[in-house]
Amino acid sequence: MIDETLRSELQKQGIVTTTVEELYNWGRKNSVWPLGFGLACCAIEMIAASMSRWDLARFGAEVFRPSPRQADLMIVAGTVTKKMAPQVVRLYNQMSEPKYVIAMGACAISGGPFKQGYNVLKGIDRYIPVDVHIPGCPPRPEALLHAFMTLQQRIAEQELTGPNRPRHLRADAPSEFPVPEFGDHDLVPPKNPDVWQPPHLIRA
Amino acid sequence: MPPNPYLFIIVLMIAALGFALGPLILARLWAKKFSPAKPGPDKGAIYECGLESKGDAWIQFKSEYYLYAIIFLIFDVETIFLLPFAVAFTGLSVGAFLAMVIFLLLLVEGLAWAWIKGVLTWR
Repeated sequence: MIDETLRSELQKQGIVTTTVEELYNWGRKNSVWPLGFGLACCAIEMIAASMSRWDLARFGAEVFRPSPRQADLMIVAGTVTKKMAPQVVRLYNQMSEPKYVIAMGACAISGGPFKQGYNVLKGIDRYIPVDVHIPGCPPRPEALLHAFMTLQQRIAEQELTGPNRPRHLRADAPSEFPVPEFGDHDLVPPKNPDVWQPPHLIRA
Repeated sequence: MPPNPYLFIIVLMIAALGFALGPLILARLWAKKFSPAKPGPDKGAIYECGLESKGDAWIQFKSEYYLYAIIFLIFDVETIFLLPFAVAFTGLSVGAFLAMVIFLLLLVEGLAWAWIKGVLTWR
């Protein structure tokens, strides 16, 4: 590992040093291809973010892939109904590693205004691991860009080796997450306990 | 003595092969060293629309629909030939005119056959 001060000193003289890990993450974070699917009104903001005014292409993410097998990022943009949740999880399972999830908007992170309803999932993070949550109803494209930059930062920090390496580099981590099924009253199972645990309330 | 002129082609071919195979080999080595394969039943599924495929692809298809295709063809071919026929109409000889009329009658005969058979009635 090269010393940071030496490194910046070299950089001033026009010599760039890097590591394989850094190069790898640099390439990955600048070519995150989202999966092209929207679930509700948040999708309109997502589309706006990808168009010329907000221009997601500046971050190398303008290529919305119609196939999960070519996508790196799932932007869950909108209300996930219980009818739709199995499909979302299955699409996530079909994405190739490494894969990331941005839950966009109040509905995707918590159920939003429909939280008390009977047919809306109270946050997609109950079934799949979400990397970045964006609140808002709907969040503006700037919020999506911010979430995207946050995700890029997280990708840049991922380690290639060692015990803290991300899920997609560990052989023991699961490749797929269980797809919920329609039960009598609710999805079965109602949550994936490996991914999400209900918040523990402490009453004072 | 100048080198064999085909030598350059061989060198370029080897370079082209390396250019194509190099990244694949590198990716393979990278996968071996760092990222383990993560297959699964969902990931290996044939369809990628999020829904599970139901039923069998080997099903019977109603063969009656071929009649619609054939009748469409009658009008389609007729239109293709009628336009040049109409454009060149004044300069045509009697033989050419008769040949065209026979051709049209052949198509009309097919239509009449379909009509009598009741294909044109929507069921």
